[in-house]
Amino acid sequence: MSSTTDETFRGQEYAYGFQTDIESETLPKGLNEEIIRALSSKKKEPEWMLQFRLDAFRRWQQMEEPDWAHVHHPPIDYQDITYYSAPKKKPVLDSLEDADPELLRTFEKLGIPLREQKRLANVAVDAVFDSVSIATTHKKQLLEHGVIFCSFSEALIDYPELVQQYLGSVVPTNDNYFAALNSAVFSDGSFVYVPPGIRCPLELSTYFRINNEESGQFERTLIVCAEESYVSYLEGCTAPMFDSNQLHAAVVELVALDKAEIKYSTVQNWYAGDPETGKGGVYNFVTKRGKCAGEYSKISWTQVETGSAITWKYPSCILVGDNSVGEFYSVALTNGHMQADTGTKMIHIGENTSSTIISKGISADRSSNSYRGLVKVNKGAKGARNFTQCDSMLVGDQCYANTFPYIESQNPSASIEHEASTSKISEDQLFYFQSRGVSIEDAIAAVVHGFCKEVFNHLPMEFAVEAQQLLSLKLEHSVG
Amino acid sequence: MLEIKDLSISVENTPIIKNLSLTVRRGEIHAIMGPNGAGKSTLARSIMGYPGYEVNQGSVLLDDKDMTELEPEERATSGLFVSFQYPVEIPGVNNAEFLRMALNAKRNSQGLEELDPLDFDDLLTQKMDALHIDRDFKNRGLNEGFSGGEKKRNEILQMAVLDPKFAILDETDSGLDIDALRIVSSGVNQLANEQNGLILITHYQRLLNHIQPDHVHVLLDGEIVKTGGKELALELEEKGYDWLKQPSHS
Repeated sequence: MSSTTDETFRGQEYAYGFQTDIESETLPKGLNEEIIRALSSKKKEPEWMLQFRLDAFRRWQQMEEPDWAHVHHPPIDYQDITYYSAPKKKPVLDSLEDADPELLRTFEKLGIPLREQKRLANVAVDAVFDSVSIATTHKKQLLEHGVIFCSFSEALIDYPELVQQYLGSVVPTNDNYFAALNSAVFSDGSFVYVPPGIRCPLELSTYFRINNEESGQFERTLIVCAEESYVSYLEGCTAPMFDSNQLHAAVVELVALDKAEIKYSTVQNWYAGDPETGKGGVYNFVTKRGKCAGEYSKISWTQVETGSAITWKYPSCILVGDNSVGEFYSVALTNGHMQADTGTKMIHIGENTSSTIISKGISADRSSNSYRGLVKVNKGAKGARNFTQCDSMLVGDQCYANTFPYIESQNPSASIEHEASTSKISEDQLFYFQSRGVSIEDAIAAVVHGFCKEVFNHLPMEFAVEAQQLLSLKLEHSVG
Repeated sequence: MLEIKDLSISVENTPIIKNLSLTVRRGEIHAIMGPNGAGKSTLARSIMGYPGYEVNQGSVLLDDKDMTELEPEERATSGLFVSFQYPVEIPGVNNAEFLRMALNAKRNSQGLEELDPLDFDDLLTQKMDALHIDRDFKNRGLNEGFSGGEKKRNEILQMAVLDPKFAILDETDSGLDIDALRIVSSGVNQLANEQNGLILITHYQRLLNHIQPDHVHVLLDGEIVKTGGKELALELEEKGYDWLKQPSHS
């Protein structure tokens, strides 16, 4: 950063832009089999895991980076990325005594206190810093109910059979370029297993933090809900402000067995790059997919995407079980020079499966915001139903909103509805608020909140408030 | 007292309001009449501080406080109100919640405590009943899908809730049928009292059958060219505006 004024100014724009000065253990830059072996042995992984990684890496080498998304960026040099970076002093056996105090302070600053006396009462948190999980709270309490919630690395050691059974079962290693990359190099993430008949008593959440300028973050999340169980899971993300771009290529797999329900919410606020020049920011290339494997199972994705220079993600549902339900509720806000190409895929395979898609895109400044969604009804999906509503809001006149809906139906009994709209926050609307005594900031917040209400209603209460404030904050300088 | 002093306004470099002065005391009702394009709506909105209008000279004073440099929301919380000719629709924003926001903004500026939703609802219900407004207005989106008449009534409801010191009603009668006109006018008459002042902007004399003005001004080409009592309105109704037009200055 060039000057203090600059720093102060930018600090206001993005409150999480600080970097923590911390001693890290880092593998050399670049990607090859040796790095993968080093990574795997560092984590004391079972042999099958190493083979899984190597297999993915070999497939990845055969693949090409996709170019169909409505986004533009200079080519990524995959040999110029650090694939493993971990704080040297990280807590062992969940005792935070040994942790670098700087690390705990970082999470406290981000509003995620990890120390016992301060941590959130009704939410269990797994905190991931660069490549590794730092701490998971409320683990014991959850285990009393049979709920497993731990870092991915721990799961590989403590529950290898469960992980092996489900890892890659929803997103195969060769699914796409970034999923293959993730499968080869993922370093940590969260693992959740809810046993049959259990309603998880706490909200579970993972907080992802990128700190190292040159490292990518490749985390893996696997959530399995056994018969008639339920879990609500939330992830949050932030990163410091750098002039360079960081790659974040995550894979999330959800599995819901008979009558199980998974509710997965995301509030994504990665650093989006300099709002004026577009320099820096996180490339968020993520594969998220849930499989409604059992009958009457349900997977619901709610996402509030407000950060990242580029967002490329399509949280999807594969509706295999008869009468299973998939939902996707999304608010994607782009401003500055951000680019988002996001949406969902609903694949109807079982009979009487139903899906709902509600997407709200808000574009401001010079940003570009695309909705891309696929509704596919297979031959056997008798009586499948889908409802899609896709609304875009433009703030200012230099931004773009696109909608790319794809509908493929092979079953004549399917019912598919698609509604779309585009609107604009006008100066006259804002003046109307002002003329009644309401400030521009509050006016924008009210209009945007009105626009996104349907989606916010699906977020856990405390996060709905946070998401709303986040949006208002981001749009403050975009109008007028 | 609302004083407009020697006000000149340009819109995109075209002068619209020219050296206009007007004083409205509390308890008074003034009517401003004029043909299309005379600058009536520009005047109304500029009093409220519409962005994009350029104030070339002059000032607007509310009880001796200069409003000219203030943001629209500051003018509103100081006690100014404009009922718009074409109120905008704001989808998804609840009508009652909007009104509570507006009232609380005003209360905040006066150092009063905000009204909670329940207390506000009591107040709103009372105002709505007095104005014979359907309670279903509360749950609708702000002006969303409202008919022209409903929008005008909603403006009057806002005025009733915000209780301004001075209100400018811009063509509140336009687009209303006779029954709606009667309802809106009786609402305005209820709200007019010795503590506030009103400016009615209108094309037609018919509104003035329902609301009796103390003074009538004729606005032509951005200037007040004639001022009189309510009989002037009748004269305009009969003769039109042409007889007041002066040859342009060379």
